[in-house]
Amino acid sequence: MTGGRRDRLAGFAFVGPFLALYAFLLIYPLFMGIGLSFHRADLFGARRFVGFENYARAFADPIAWQALWNTFKLTVLIVLPLTAITLALALALNRATRGAAIFRGIFFASSVLSVTIVTLIWRFILTPDAGLVAKIVTTLGGTPPPFLSDPNLTIPALAITTIWWSVGFPMMLFLAGLQQIPADMYEAAALDNAGPWTRLFKITLPSLRRTLILVIMLQTAAQLQLFGQAQLLTAGGPSGASRPVVLLIFEVAFGRWELGYAAALAELLFLLVLSVTFIQYWAVGRAAKEER
Amino acid sequence: MPSLELIDIRKAFGATPVLDGVSLAMEAKEFIAFLGPSGSGKSTLLRIIAGLETADSGEVRLEGERIDTLPPGRRGVAMVFQHYALYPHMSVRENMAFGLRNAKVPADEIARRVEQAAKVLEIEHQLDRKPAQMSGGQRQRVAIGRAIVKQPKLFLLDEPLSNLDAALRMRTRIELAQLRQRVDAAVIMVTHDQAEAMTLADRMVVMNERRIQQVGAPMDVYRRPANAFVARFVGSPAMTLAPATLVGDGDYARVRLGDGSEVATRVPRAGLPEGPLELGLRPEHVRVGDGDNATVDLVERLGERTLVYARLADGRAITAEDNGDSRVRIGDKVGLVIDGAAAHLFGPDGAGYHAEEPRA
Repeated sequence: MTGGRRDRLAGFAFVGPFLALYAFLLIYPLFMGIGLSFHRADLFGARRFVGFENYARAFADPIAWQALWNTFKLTVLIVLPLTAITLALALALNRATRGAAIFRGIFFASSVLSVTIVTLIWRFILTPDAGLVAKIVTTLGGTPPPFLSDPNLTIPALAITTIWWSVGFPMMLFLAGLQQIPADMYEAAALDNAGPWTRLFKITLPSLRRTLILVIMLQTAAQLQLFGQAQLLTAGGPSGASRPVVLLIFEVAFGRWELGYAAALAELLFLLVLSVTFIQYWAVGRAAKEER
Repeated sequence: MPSLELIDIRKAFGATPVLDGVSLAMEAKEFIAFLGPSGSGKSTLLRIIAGLETADSGEVRLEGERIDTLPPGRRGVAMVFQHYALYPHMSVRENMAFGLRNAKVPADEIARRVEQAAKVLEIEHQLDRKPAQMSGGQRQRVAIGRAIVKQPKLFLLDEPLSNLDAALRMRTRIELAQLRQRVDAAVIMVTHDQAEAMTLADRMVVMNERRIQQVGAPMDVYRRPANAFVARFVGSPAMTLAPATLVGDGDYARVRLGDGSEVATRVPRAGLPEGPLELGLRPEHVRVGDGDNATVDLVERLGERTLVYARLADGRAITAEDNGDSRVRIGDKVGLVIDGAAAHLFGPDGAGYHAEEPRA
């Protein structure tokens, strides 16, 4: 046996267990899901091949379009403020003082909570009868806004909750990006008479470009799959006004037992997330090329 | 008018002092090299002049104006960083124009200065490239160009040649010397390479242990080192220092080395301190001749001359020079001939005493 072949076998021996698990838990279900989406199927195993019927149905389903529109609104309302807020936090906390370290810990803390706890906390804050916001507004003489029942307020309420929950990770990514900017570049900028705003817009932000793209794309991919908060905080209501796509898939699969249709919806969402990921690869590649 | 004046600069990082009362006056358009080992404080001093560090006390003046109270960009100085510190997302042209734009210089004036500097530095065809597309030597030129376009009163160069390979370093050294003729400003270069300092500078400032050890023209420093540190640091290979005791009498000091041999120097006996002395000998003042007073440890053949690292009978290492076609080999017994008239003496505190200059 040649050394090269032995090395290759040893390599496979090391990655083999992981590859087997990966294939069994991810690749196999992926193809099973694709197969399922071409069938009419229920939870009890009855299935009938229907071709593209489920997909055709999805494109004609006003509830699916409503869910997609909700998902789009949520994604925009979450990703843009979240990016701006976490960037600002990272810029403010990118220093070696003890205070900054404490605040970094505090802002990261919400990320470790489970979605159940997060929605519970925000229910206490937002609920119109006795919530924190309601109390403050009442004290000031106003009428508390019905965050969890007004169809115009449920999506902003979900967005605020999600932003609060999600600040930690993007902030850490931005901090890591900031640490990579060499200090002598700022010294050169100081000798080049650059004020704080010039430094921010001409040195810091261009240097963070790749991190910025990464954060936006990761968050977009994540928020397109938003589920738990919506289910627990508003249950998608009122009348579907805050129902995102994944919640619809969940209801179709496990409420109406239409597995085939749910699988088709899931595959469509999968394609959407996949295309966002490809856009990210393209954008990061272009940013890297421009620096070269 | 003097160019840069440093008045009693002191600086400590926490409890660690790094500069201990440094004073210096530069003449107009002078090229000065700060030479010293790592940790001698030379880089800190440069950064204090640039405004990237603040001194704990003391004053920095440039052409009469106090500048240590001004922000870095308003001091009239430009700096070339050791690792260039170019802005990677900007083209060469933008890199060079950035400082001028911030200073609100009119666009046509910026364009004119950038074109001119690019021409001088022979990078006019690379103005639209990004730094990452350029070689180390080209980036170095961009960094120099970025300093030139500002038309500063003082250039600060932080180890400008240390990132270049040997061949490029020699070429850039020559180019720096030429460039220096063209710019209408004083230059300070920090380096730990004494050859760079000797070839480029009008005067060298030798630093060690937080203080200036000696200021002077390179050949003056080489010929009359103020103390044992300077003697060892300037010159390659280093000056041999050997313990010596004063013997006999007469106008000039005569000393005995550890192996019993005696050397008649031209250092005036008057003024020498009490206590143990050290004899300082440059390799070119120790020749290899007939005899057997030393054993050869190592031979370095440099072509036009040969360096012989030998050991005296008492084990004291001594560096000698021989002709390029020397046949000396490791282990050989050789006779070293010391040119006593060129020898230096160093007192117990390290202070140097030199031969009287021959009267003209």
